[in-house]
Amino acid sequence: MSRTPAAEHPHGKRNDMGRTAPPSRLRGEGLTLAYDQRTIAEDLTVAIPDDSFTVIVGPNACGKSTLLRALARMLRPRAGRVLLDGAELHSRPARQVARTLGLLPQSSTAPDGITVADLVARGRYPHQGLLRQWSRLDERAVRASMEATGVAALADRYVDELSGGQRQRVWIAMAIAQQTPLLLLDEPTTYLDIQHQIDVLDLCAQLHEEQGRTLVAVLHDLNHAARYATHLIALRDGRVVAQGPPGEIVTADLVHEVFGLRCQVIPDPETGTPLVVPAARRRAAV
Amino acid sequence: MSVLRVVRWGRTSLRYRPRALAVGAACALLALALGVLAVGSGEYPLAPADVLRTLAGQGHPADAFIVRDVRLPRVITALAVGAALALAGALFQSLTRNPLGSPDILGFTAGAATGALVVIVLVGGSSLALAGGAVAGGLLTGVLIYALAWRHGLHGYRLVLTGIGVLAILTGVNGYLLTRAQITEAGRAVLWLTGSLDGRGWDSAGPLLVALAALLPPVVASARALHLLELGDDAAAALGVPVERLRLALLAAAVLLASFAAAAAGPVAFVALTAPQLARRMTRAPGPNLLPSACLGAALLVGADLLAQRAFPGHLLPVGVVTGLVGGGYLVWLLATERRAGRI
Repeated sequence: MSRTPAAEHPHGKRNDMGRTAPPSRLRGEGLTLAYDQRTIAEDLTVAIPDDSFTVIVGPNACGKSTLLRALARMLRPRAGRVLLDGAELHSRPARQVARTLGLLPQSSTAPDGITVADLVARGRYPHQGLLRQWSRLDERAVRASMEATGVAALADRYVDELSGGQRQRVWIAMAIAQQTPLLLLDEPTTYLDIQHQIDVLDLCAQLHEEQGRTLVAVLHDLNHAARYATHLIALRDGRVVAQGPPGEIVTADLVHEVFGLRCQVIPDPETGTPLVVPAARRRAAV
Repeated sequence: MSVLRVVRWGRTSLRYRPRALAVGAACALLALALGVLAVGSGEYPLAPADVLRTLAGQGHPADAFIVRDVRLPRVITALAVGAALALAGALFQSLTRNPLGSPDILGFTAGAATGALVVIVLVGGSSLALAGGAVAGGLLTGVLIYALAWRHGLHGYRLVLTGIGVLAILTGVNGYLLTRAQITEAGRAVLWLTGSLDGRGWDSAGPLLVALAALLPPVVASARALHLLELGDDAAAALGVPVERLRLALLAAAVLLASFAAAAAGPVAFVALTAPQLARRMTRAPGPNLLPSACLGAALLVGADLLAQRAFPGHLLPVGVVTGLVGGGYLVWLLATERRAGRI
């Protein structure tokens, strides 16, 4: 389903085979993902449903961040291919991809002495050129994204003076200013206090609902994932164990299969979504 | 904090920092003014007004010879060497995300020196061969450091540490080459190693000017992408910057600039390290500050050369002595104040 002119790129190969419901602009087919000699995943196939808030969960080293990096064009798959709007992601120019697909990496560095407004403005780079450095559209996008993330009041502050939670909001604002219909977030809540974790996830949910973006996040916390995701992908050892809406797939058996954890799954008293309550004082192993 | 402004005509829009623009312009004017002073100074002094008149082609024929054939090439070389070194330093500091990432500390200048020493001591060539040796030495060192430091991309820390290791090796090699030299060759080699502008004619300014003219436009055009590289490789790639390709191209440009500068004037110390740092403090703008650095570097080097010629009447110092003393002092001051400010 090509909605952007980017899909008409000559390098793009149309793929009409895997077009099953639900529609998916971003998918990985038969991916083998590896760093050096270490193979993380083999023959992995995933599809990100359009307009979903997809969360990838799994134990440490299950390949969830690696998968996200492959979907974001950061890691070239050893075999298989990642398709964006039917065209192979790695054969398209980085800048063109960056107008459709955004990524909030796990760690970024704010240069010394950079202000919030200046940093957020850098998210406009893929839309700019040597002689189109700051259009009115850029200006509006940056203002809107700072307002949406609640950092407009910090616009003139230095990024290094902010708290961890504020800083993460600024990075998210930068990713939003990029105005991509698809946004990938690699562990956006890591290193944050619990109130800032919820804060960031609420913000993500709001972006998903109000701005109609497709979000894909890697999260550590299964309960956060179950509460916020509309589509959950559970990985273990580089394989998809289950995927679907959290309410349908999160069961005690699944949690045991994926994380090796005995637990009860009860309805979240706040939202009714599945809430994982680990079993008390029992061995996790079978 | 530095303010950003924008000018727009139709679909064209340019964004700039008024303060950075003012600093760049002031440094450029200062460099030119010092250049005019330098052309006018010497055993046959000329007033700045006479220098300008001569440069405009309306001066006395005798002045014209002194200005155009004797002093101007030296001053132009000084301006170009300063600008090239500062630009190389700004690129290296930004690419390595390290304020100490400058071609002197990373071993590129030492590599250029090795190339020049090989020519002086083993081959015994003309000054053109010497310049060629310096450029070749700098480039080979660049390739060597890149090959050694590359592992799934180039990381600032690995580049700096590898460069320091290579610098140690090259210092040893350079010392060995000096011990092999005859006394006259050794004298020429040591003068070159200090960095000197004495007797520089158009033949030494030419190649450097060509290199600057070829490299400056693409480097400045890539400044916006370079800003994004400072956010980290992933963030830059996510915004559509071809990270590895850009880094390789800019490293190559920086190595070429440093090598051509060394070929023209020897490994002049510390300009590459200090000019970008000073420029940054003056503009108060984040990022590499490429053009203000280049203008400031030009002003610093032509000023240092003026000082070297005039400080001790009767004794002409090589310009490298002055930049070494001033630059070293500045580095110590920088480290002391940065430590107090809790940064580095």
